[in-house]
Amino acid sequence: MLKADASVNSTVSSAVAAWEADVLAGTLAKTPERASSFVTAGDAPVERLYTPTDDAAGDYLEKLGFPGEYPFTRGVQPTMYRGRLWTMRQYAGFATAEESNRRYRFLLAQGGTGLSVAFDLPTQIGYDSDAPEACGEVGRVGVAIDSLADMETLFDSIPLDKVSTSMTINATSSILLAMYIAVAERQGVPAAKLTGTLQNDILKEYIARGTYRFPPGPSLRLTSDIFAYCTRNVPKFNTISISGYHIREAGSTAAQEVGFTLADAVCYVETAIRAGLAIDDFAPRLAFFFAAHTDLFEEAAKFRAARRLYARIMRERFGAKDPRSWMLRFHTQTGGVTLTAQQPENNVVRVALQALAAVLGGTQSLHTNGKDEALALPTEAAAQLALRTQQVIACESGVASTVDPLAGSYYVEQLTDRIQREAEAYIAAIDGMGGMVAAIEQGYPQREIERSAYAFNRAVDDGTRQIVGVNCFQSSEGESIPLFRHDEETGRRQAARLTDLRSRRDNTAVDAALHDIAATARTSENLMPAILTAVRAYATVGEICTVLAAEFGEYAESFHSA
Amino acid sequence: MSEKSSYTPNEVPEFWLPAGGYDPAPSLTKRRRILIGKPGLDGHDRGAKYVAQILRDAGHEVIYTGIRRTPEQIVAAAVQEDVDAIGLSLLSGSHNVLFARVFELLKARQADDILLFGGGVIPADDVDRLLALGVKAIFTPGTPAAEIISRVEQMLGERACP
Repeated sequence: MLKADASVNSTVSSAVAAWEADVLAGTLAKTPERASSFVTAGDAPVERLYTPTDDAAGDYLEKLGFPGEYPFTRGVQPTMYRGRLWTMRQYAGFATAEESNRRYRFLLAQGGTGLSVAFDLPTQIGYDSDAPEACGEVGRVGVAIDSLADMETLFDSIPLDKVSTSMTINATSSILLAMYIAVAERQGVPAAKLTGTLQNDILKEYIARGTYRFPPGPSLRLTSDIFAYCTRNVPKFNTISISGYHIREAGSTAAQEVGFTLADAVCYVETAIRAGLAIDDFAPRLAFFFAAHTDLFEEAAKFRAARRLYARIMRERFGAKDPRSWMLRFHTQTGGVTLTAQQPENNVVRVALQALAAVLGGTQSLHTNGKDEALALPTEAAAQLALRTQQVIACESGVASTVDPLAGSYYVEQLTDRIQREAEAYIAAIDGMGGMVAAIEQGYPQREIERSAYAFNRAVDDGTRQIVGVNCFQSSEGESIPLFRHDEETGRRQAARLTDLRSRRDNTAVDAALHDIAATARTSENLMPAILTAVRAYATVGEICTVLAAEFGEYAESFHSA
Repeated sequence: MSEKSSYTPNEVPEFWLPAGGYDPAPSLTKRRRILIGKPGLDGHDRGAKYVAQILRDAGHEVIYTGIRRTPEQIVAAAVQEDVDAIGLSLLSGSHNVLFARVFELLKARQADDILLFGGGVIPADDVDRLLALGVKAIFTPGTPAAEIISRVEQMLGERACP
């Protein structure tokens, strides 16, 4: 905690002892506490009371400092939300490009301030909508994009020089980035003006999310190619969003979320440096993505700890000189896995608490989940209520009026220190294995996450952890809320669109461009220009990935013994 | 399809083996073989792994396919491993198509005596639809472990022992 001088501390210590003897003991004798011990959602012990005596070594200037200054514990901007509110960015996308385009224009009209594109699984993994692997999945969890033609429709009447766009795309991120650049060209917007974020974080796909396509080596080469290409050509775009969100969804604790995510960051930085990039050229465009769960203080502390630890890693371990390279800027999404199908209206309250944690933790942008997302994709009404939840926090709660309002809370500072310590231990363990790729190959982060997920589910099963509506305060009456219905014809419509495209485009140009991708893949040249040429010729995501898979191979999950 | 459709059983992680191996719980009259499968492209397998683990903890032999398997691979694995039941997990919304496909393939191989159950993000209307199709039970998130174990054992108990 914030270091007070020794004599003050010893005065407080004796006062605490006196309070425990004179006041607390009597109360406990009369009224025992609700439980013999209390823990956070991450299973860390929570004491009854935190006081200045919980001072962990270190002083205010070293550990907290000022917002906009190293180590950024209190935030990355000097004025934080007094200057500008966070970006309210709702993740959306479903069915075809036409339908998703309508939802984006609706969200922007409702006061959303950025777009976040959800792609369907075939697009994310690199299968065309008419591939056998895509059967049943087209347009399900996001929008189906096969070619530039779909991408043009997706952003129709949305000016790409005015709106920033986040794209949740990883194995196929080079292709979708190329399509975004090509749509901008057709709108007359130069790539240099584009703002937004590419998720482009393949490591967490092997760890937790599963939309990998190629093995780690070639995948990391694609990542470095994007870093290098964007540094020169798309300088305002965040080239990666290193994601703890999916690690948390898979069942990690808050501290594991920070530890594994920053260990992934270390791997990306090392890869880019090995590829010959200078750290201060690419590091300012690295962004992060975390989950916000319902344990309000632990979550707010998690963001503060992540910021401080990342700043130290970038400055001390990698020797970055540019302060922008030290800043952990992040997007937050409320925790999908915390939503319950039982009593779905309760999810509105969970989302509000989680969104509050993200804002108290200093997020740069935020997605709030719809109350119906334990059952289906959100309806328009649920997505609107989720956005309104952010607007109430921004306009009415007062938490945006001062910077880092939880700083100095004895409890929150103790939590921040603890999460940092635990995350550092994970990073050290992964360093000891030879880095994150080796750790993934040994199944280490996967196994740690599985253990935490199992322990959590067990605790819900045996009632140690209470989830309202699930294992306590259940109601017997059936709950029915209107749900989003997927159009079963989407797959057929999208496949027909693809057949039409293949008959209309210049197939000679497509073949030449695909051949060039294969040839470039065999060299160490940057793949982005060749992919951009192919995309402009309307080569499809599936065609490009088939060529890359032939060069790179395909990754298959393997299990490891503990 | 490509060579990926040839069936290669995954090693089951040792972490999932309960201490002491497969000794059936005292209440267990018969240990069963159960395959947990993830059809389609969905990578969310927290639920699948949990159900695999609790059934294993209850004394059954459980095989988990890993993510991103085709219905063909899952059915081939089930037949080869001679399982009593298949549990499918899906969170991407494609359950109507993919569960139906697994069921169809089981019938085609005269293996539809294998009990089929499932779970995931599945709306109530679709639960009814899948039950009508012949899926015996759908366990949505929040179903207690004890309920899953007892329902599966009860359903298997109702069937003739192989």
